[in-house]
Amino acid sequence: MTPILDADVMLRAERLAKSFVLHNQGGVRIDVFADLTLEVRRGECLILSGPSGAGKSSLLRSLYANYKPQAGAVLVRHGDEIVDLCAAEPYRILEVRRQTLGYVSQFLRVIPRVPTLDLVTAPLTDRGVDPDEARERAGSLLARLRIPPALWGLPPATFSGGEQQRVNIAMTFVQDYPILLLDEPTASLDVENRRTVTDLIAEACGRGAAVVGIFHDAEVRAAVGTRSYDLAAGREAA
Amino acid sequence: MSEARRRLLMRTDWGIVYQNARDGLRMKVSAGANVGERLMAIGDRHYGHIRAEAVDWLERVEMDLGRIDDLPATFSGGMQQRLQIARNLVTKPRLVFMDEPTSGLDVSVQARLLDLIRGLVGSLGIACVVVTHDLGVVRLLSHRLMVMKGGDVVEHGLTDQVLDDPQHPYTQLLVSSILPV
Ligand SMILES: Nc1ncnc2c1ncn2[C@@H]1O[C@H](COP(=O)(O)OP(=O)(O)O)[C@@H](O)[C@H]1O
Ligand SMILES: [Mg+2]
Repeated sequence: MTPILDADVMLRAERLAKSFVLHNQGGVRIDVFADLTLEVRRGECLILSGPSGAGKSSLLRSLYANYKPQAGAVLVRHGDEIVDLCAAEPYRILEVRRQTLGYVSQFLRVIPRVPTLDLVTAPLTDRGVDPDEARERAGSLLARLRIPPALWGLPPATFSGGEQQRVNIAMTFVQDYPILLLDEPTASLDVENRRTVTDLIAEACGRGAAVVGIFHDAEVRAAVGTRSYDLAAGREAA
Repeated sequence: MSEARRRLLMRTDWGIVYQNARDGLRMKVSAGANVGERLMAIGDRHYGHIRAEAVDWLERVEMDLGRIDDLPATFSGGMQQRLQIARNLVTKPRLVFMDEPTSGLDVSVQARLLDLIRGLVGSLGIACVVVTHDLGVVRLLSHRLMVMKGGDVVEHGLTDQVLDDPQHPYTQLLVSSILPV
């Protein structure tokens, strides 16, 4: 059966369950969430809330197919198709990630020794964007995120925490993903940069992207959030 | 598959990069000839063309062209692996097997070689099966991962999923044994 989504639903988690069994630590089992259902629509920013350890990052990673849920489905609107990431083949998941699903992780993880500008340009050239245009777009986004041009030719390994996080954000926001998953993208940023990232998120929603995010900062939450889902309680809050 | 067909595929469609360069190179002929003879094996007889292709491939694997007439035995481990890769890719294979291609090399040489393999495999659209025990190599190079233990596949899937959320006790043990840097 082909899964069905309402016309403006971009992402739906259905009866999703995530647990970990730590085989080398006496088989301890951690139940993070179960029977979790949520939907995100075009232009909407859903905020995941809950105390530390509630499972916010685990849910976000499950929506990206970086974690493997024990039960349920993650339905993604991918072009004209609906793909269940819990059942899809690896090549299909990679295709969905390339074109539809962007993810900003809490910490930057990149191929060593690749210059920053190339890292931000690559997602575009991988999709066939003309290299000159790709560099232009990558450069203007890095500038907007206040990464000084003097750093563009260097790999980000030696950058400050905040600079690395902004490179991480640039690598995802350089293309217009239909769905964005954001894990504390503003955590280590100063006020000005936090505002820039808030603007980027609002602009993404404005063009119709569906966003799911974890934000510690109340100001950011108020500025971008349209709804929140409380993980501790396992239900949608107002 | 018949033996003859398998041999033809080995020359035309497949490539093998061995862990030990001595198994994959002919140590008694020059670097240029190591690349050129693979072309001759599939019927190329034009010396000028063969030489030009050899030069082109030695450049693509970032080898010093001044060494084209030297014997592989005089090369460093990293250069020998580059030469093996050039020798394999010159016939434009569609499937390449690599057995621990970077083990035994200095870490800095390893990283450059991995960049090179990643770039070439991506731009040429080659399918690659890599055997390695180095999880850093796995994360950097592969899209899919099969974890083997005692001859059995214990877990397989999308590389980052298997490494970040390993299900099998053996995979969990491997992942938790990575030394922090
Ligand atoms: N890869 C993993 N292996 C084992 N346990 C994990 C893993 N990732 C997260 N957990 C556990 O899942 C629970 C939820 O963690 P997390 O999703 O990071 O919460 P939050 O983001 O809300 O702080 C924690 O108990 C954490 O230890
Ligand atoms: Mg978290």
